[in-house]
Amino acid sequence: MRPLSVIVTSVCDLFAWFMIVFGAYVINNGHNTPGGGFQGGAIVATFLSFMLVAYGGKRFRAWVREGVYGFLEFLGLMAFFIFGCLGFPNSFFYNSPAISWGQKPLSEWIPYCGTISLMNVAVGFEVIGALSLVIVYMYGSIQMIDTGAGMGGERGHDRYDR
Amino acid sequence: MTDTIVDTPSDFAGNAAYVLVAFLVIMALYSILTQKNLIKICIGIAVLGSSVNFFLVLLGYRQGGGIPVYYLAGAKKTMVLPTPQCLTLTAIVIALATTALMLSLVILIHKHYGTLNVDEIRRLRG
Amino acid sequence: MNWHDHLPAFLVMIPLLGAFLTPFAASFGKTARNAFFMLFMALTLVVGMLLCTATFDGGVLVYVMGGENFSLTLPSGMSYPVRILFEIDAFGSLLIFCISFAAFAGALFSIQYMDRFSGWKRFMSLYFLMTTGALGMSATGDLFNFFVFVEISSIASFGLVAFWRDKPESLEASFKYMLISQVAAMLLLIAIGSLYGKYNALNMGALSSMLRSGTLERVSLALILSVLAFKCGAFPMHTWMPDAYAEAPSGVTCLLVTVSQASFYGLIRVCYTIFPAVTQGGTVGWILIALGCMSMFFGVMMAVVQHEIKRLMGYHSISQVGYMLLAMGVGLLALSDGNSNGTVAAYGLTAMKGGLFHVVNYSFYKGLLFLCAGALYYATGTRDLDKMGGLARSMPWTAGMFAVAAAAISGLPPFNGFVSKWMIYESSFAVHPLLPAVAMITSVLTLASFAKVFQAAFLGPSKAKLVAVREVPYGMLAGMAILTVMTLLLTLFPGWFMDNFFENAARALLDRQGYIRAVLGGM
Repeated sequence: MRPLSVIVTSVCDLFAWFMIVFGAYVINNGHNTPGGGFQGGAIVATFLSFMLVAYGGKRFRAWVREGVYGFLEFLGLMAFFIFGCLGFPNSFFYNSPAISWGQKPLSEWIPYCGTISLMNVAVGFEVIGALSLVIVYMYGSIQMIDTGAGMGGERGHDRYDR
Repeated sequence: MTDTIVDTPSDFAGNAAYVLVAFLVIMALYSILTQKNLIKICIGIAVLGSSVNFFLVLLGYRQGGGIPVYYLAGAKKTMVLPTPQCLTLTAIVIALATTALMLSLVILIHKHYGTLNVDEIRRLRG
Repeated sequence: MNWHDHLPAFLVMIPLLGAFLTPFAASFGKTARNAFFMLFMALTLVVGMLLCTATFDGGVLVYVMGGENFSLTLPSGMSYPVRILFEIDAFGSLLIFCISFAAFAGALFSIQYMDRFSGWKRFMSLYFLMTTGALGMSATGDLFNFFVFVEISSIASFGLVAFWRDKPESLEASFKYMLISQVAAMLLLIAIGSLYGKYNALNMGALSSMLRSGTLERVSLALILSVLAFKCGAFPMHTWMPDAYAEAPSGVTCLLVTVSQASFYGLIRVCYTIFPAVTQGGTVGWILIALGCMSMFFGVMMAVVQHEIKRLMGYHSISQVGYMLLAMGVGLLALSDGNSNGTVAAYGLTAMKGGLFHVVNYSFYKGLLFLCAGALYYATGTRDLDKMGGLARSMPWTAGMFAVAAAAISGLPPFNGFVSKWMIYESSFAVHPLLPAVAMITSVLTLASFAKVFQAAFLGPSKAKLVAVREVPYGMLAGMAILTVMTLLLTLFPGWFMDNFFENAARALLDRQGYIRAVLGGM
């Protein structure tokens, strides 16, 4: 993929960051407005595809560290699992911080939501990592076709067929 | 819970949406069954998923219903049903995962076979 | 907190945690990775066994996800359950028994089998997720949750079928499987949504107590039946099955067999527990019988002409699924003959016991056959039967275990396949004498086909190309040995298994009121 014109890259520089902010907003308010971890995470993950389209494949490959996204995914999944386990004396996924730990509501209108918003954040991290990796890997396989490269050091099936 | 359950509206506007769902499902099945291009088949699958999600949201609709969050609903007594919305959210996530996986497979198939035509992708026979 | 109460949650949590922790464990090198894989698989197996012992005395375990109490099915005075809940009776735990054993054996086999390929991290994650999906399908008590678990196991299996992505055939098989599977899943969701729109409930027990016969119910049942029959590979919808089974890595195929059994569980649960108001007339029973006969006959007819060992076994899977559909259809007919409060004609109970016995037998010997095919492929590098020959001398263990599995699947008298098939013949004779005739012809053709495979692969003169072939590593043999031991146990003690397992499972399946009462309380 070739980079687009300077107009596109400038607009991208300006607005791509707002996507992350908006995604974070959607993640954080998932417990009382429409949205949540998955939706916000998907918004944040569009950042990478924005970058890819505007700056082209070469700089995209130079920026992206796959390990970071893998770690985000791992972190989100583990956090989600641990929040699920918090409800354990009662049952799996029981929202115990909200009910049995006896927290007071933040205001008259918005009840204390317990693990729900924390789980939103966890799912948000997971989705950011996973969808970014999806974009990275799909671009990688397109690149593989364009350049005619092999599977990149993968020990695949072919060499064992007789 | 029971007082929120009102019969679905039987007026024209209520049924038109179901007709639209049926139309979308038929369009999607048509594209899956008749198209030869893998990408178009993927589009058909995506449309099918969306129409099913639409159907689920429609099931939960109650005429004049507000949002099903009790401290944001205000004075409204009727709410739309929250369960179909949860189902839809789950189905959307699943549809996204399958679409991404399917497109990745299409990329790899194109690499190996050099074509997107389903008639030419036939090594598994008999 | 009594940890024993939380077993149904552990059943899904442990493989799920395994899938999440895999990238972490894989960063500590090969030994740690393999140890982690086997540890979590063994834990899953242990939990599965504990659940089986807890339910085989006829009890129904209910577990409410996110409830104040794991057994609080009706919070705040509601008349039907709103939370996701797991409901495991003896029938469900029969499937859990099969799935956890097959998953463990497949994992043990895969450690050596997949060792020379890269991408282990992903393989382990997907394998765990597929186990989660299959276990969840047989544990859940909620229709939408069933759909979610179907999708979890399907998406993981798409990835695993296409695991060798440098091989065009596996990509093609995966895409075909995925395409049909996605259309099917969406139709299943439409059916579930229609039921929800009419009855405002997704819980299986609550739906079962409310459901009346009508047009919408008939359409929904038709959709669910066709989708789940597709997922377990019945005849007109079988095309994905030989492709996916042949192209997936062998350890995965062993698990895919039990995933299709979990779909079969869903089919039977829907027919027997949720829709008895519709299936009462006997039409659905006849449909199942017709599907079963067609699958049996055409599956085996397509299998005898195959030359590729795993494709051949894939076609045999279709015909084996036919036996179970036949048995369950006969049971359903008997149920509509008798009165509705759980008593059936004796032949119906025999058919159901035979069918359930066949489910367990099929999971074990079919998994073993696929593992043997994988071992042959590992050692010789080919799946074409014409290129093999005389391997019994160089691979005696594989040959012996293959012989056990082949004898079991062909229904030779001392083996377990004979017992379950005999029960199916005996009971279907009471419905129509043509049915056991079709089943026996299928059995004879199966025997002929496997005699051919055994002769072509293991007997005869050695091929010049295969002189250097050695027995496969011990890890793979251990995976196969687990399933062989289970097959032999079922062969040696069919009476004990029948009295303790299948009798209870068939009674649990018939006891619809008990299933409903576990969720809705006393009625």
